[in-house]
Amino acid sequence: MKSLSLTINGEPRSFPVPLTVAGLVEAMELAGKRVAIERNGEIVPRSTYPDTLLADGDKLEVVVAVGGG
Amino acid sequence: MEPLVIAGKAYASRLLVGTGKYKDFDETRRAVEASGAEIVTVAIRRTNIGQDAGQPSLLEALPPARYTYLPNTAGCYTADEAIRTLRLARELLDGHALVKLEVLGDAHTLYPNVVETLKAAEVLIKDGFQVMVYTSDDPIIAQRLQDLGCVAVMPLASLIGSGMGILNPWNLQIMRDRIRVPLIVDAGVGTASDAAIAMELGCDGVLMNTAIAGAQNPVLMAEAMKLAVGAGRRAYLAGRMAKKIYTASPSSPTGGLIGR
Repeated sequence: MKSLSLTINGEPRSFPVPLTVAGLVEAMELAGKRVAIERNGEIVPRSTYPDTLLADGDKLEVVVAVGGG
Repeated sequence: MEPLVIAGKAYASRLLVGTGKYKDFDETRRAVEASGAEIVTVAIRRTNIGQDAGQPSLLEALPPARYTYLPNTAGCYTADEAIRTLRLARELLDGHALVKLEVLGDAHTLYPNVVETLKAAEVLIKDGFQVMVYTSDDPIIAQRLQDLGCVAVMPLASLIGSGMGILNPWNLQIMRDRIRVPLIVDAGVGTASDAAIAMELGCDGVLMNTAIAGAQNPVLMAEAMKLAVGAGRRAYLAGRMAKKIYTASPSSPTGGLIGR
């Protein structure tokens, strides 16, 4: 089976293809959580998660709000 | 009391608080409630892959429907990092435009890098953000940030997390004379009197985190800060008496003393 190599928050990860951003959120157990995602330096709007297919080599940042000053 | 108006929105409280360094989210919630703050700062950080599922989140402790979230760029050392962080924050918070920009210059002092701050502010404002900006207490830089269109200028009173208080009241005074957007002391407050002094100088608000979270009893200190900000504001509006170094003036009548 073909696999997809992604860098998520600086760590290399592999996933089976095809994978959408929505699928990634599901796989990371973040469904329903308030997150924001940047793909190769560009924001991925939440409304486009189901239609955005990830490509081999994509670099993703997945962030949340935490306590801070 | 007249409200604090930032980017066209009115807030009854002039105390803004951070949400870091608390023991747990319950303490965060209780301290924020006791402070009366309506604006709370949050940081934007990477998720811990596979470790966040089922964990409570800050957004549950402090519902975004009740508080105005002010995402910050703490930990960013370049304009580019700060811009990326706030674009993520805007997406995270459903298009929310009000942000706290801080670009640091040095990990040891956390002193702001005003060159990168100016660069980031310009890009963010063009991109539609409402920028509340952390800066040094340099009045000229503060004016530049105001001229760029920042919706609040937030000078340090002393270093972030130092609790050293208002080290240069004269610079804050100069800024007060020149800054028309809200002027908010951000960083350095250690105890209630520091917050009161900032407000007595005419600052429009105070933003703090460690002074509350680092107190022995954070919830009680949060209440103290609420009262200090309120007291300082009232003293500023009341207009203090003139200082008279050489002329003592008794409060009691000088006549009618017995035995004379």
